[in-house]
Amino acid sequence: MPVTCEQADRVMILRLTGEIDHHRAKELMIGMDRYIDTYLPRELTVDLSGVTFMDSSGIAVLLRAYRRVRELEGSLRVAGTPAQAAKVLHAAGLSRMIPFD
Amino acid sequence: MKPTNMTTIDFLSRSANEGFARTAAACFTAQLDPTLEELEDIKTAVSEGVTNAIVHAYPDTLGRVVLRLRLFEDNSVEITIRDWGVGIADVEQARTPLFTTGSEERSGMGFTIMESFMDGLRVRSSPGKGTTVVLKKKISRRAGGPK
Repeated sequence: MPVTCEQADRVMILRLTGEIDHHRAKELMIGMDRYIDTYLPRELTVDLSGVTFMDSSGIAVLLRAYRRVRELEGSLRVAGTPAQAAKVLHAAGLSRMIPFD
Repeated sequence: MKPTNMTTIDFLSRSANEGFARTAAACFTAQLDPTLEELEDIKTAVSEGVTNAIVHAYPDTLGRVVLRLRLFEDNSVEITIRDWGVGIADVEQARTPLFTTGSEERSGMGFTIMESFMDGLRVRSSPGKGTTVVLKKKISRRAGGPK
């Protein structure tokens, strides 16, 4: 299962696990889109604590979720970011758009 | 400077090889006794370089990608990623943050990440002939580590 979801009253946590690279980006995007389109979250947390590697494809994955949630006038934050993924997000300047810890 | 060790890995531009290439690069560089962070930097940069070759060099076809790793006496690693694909017309533009000609799975941050995670990045490309990316990183010598 590439993406797992926990949600109540449009407050949603999506958990991504394993390696996030170009090879897996599409299935992750499709998995996240499905949950977002079904439950229309107003608060979405993407939990990266189970991610073992992430490259810039992860930025594209997060930006897509960010745009979708913004269309719903909701908010997105990223939690449980491992050190390697955090370094990628910082290098890309993503922290200016999406809060993460 | 002559390398103290080297290896070359030749593979097809299949996306399944992204994980293989970055893991192989990290395994080989482990000989220099890097920190975990240095290894992760190498994995990340190789992932970006190899993904560029897979996505951009051969957009509609499978082609050959060669990853060469060379270790040097000064505890540095040089990583060369070469393809014989479409090439890059304007390398400066390609290196600009957020610039991408790729699909929505790409963010345009590949070169920015390679630059910030490594100590050196050189790109040579000619349209129709292919691209060579050379990454360099100095591995810190740790107290108590191998000489």
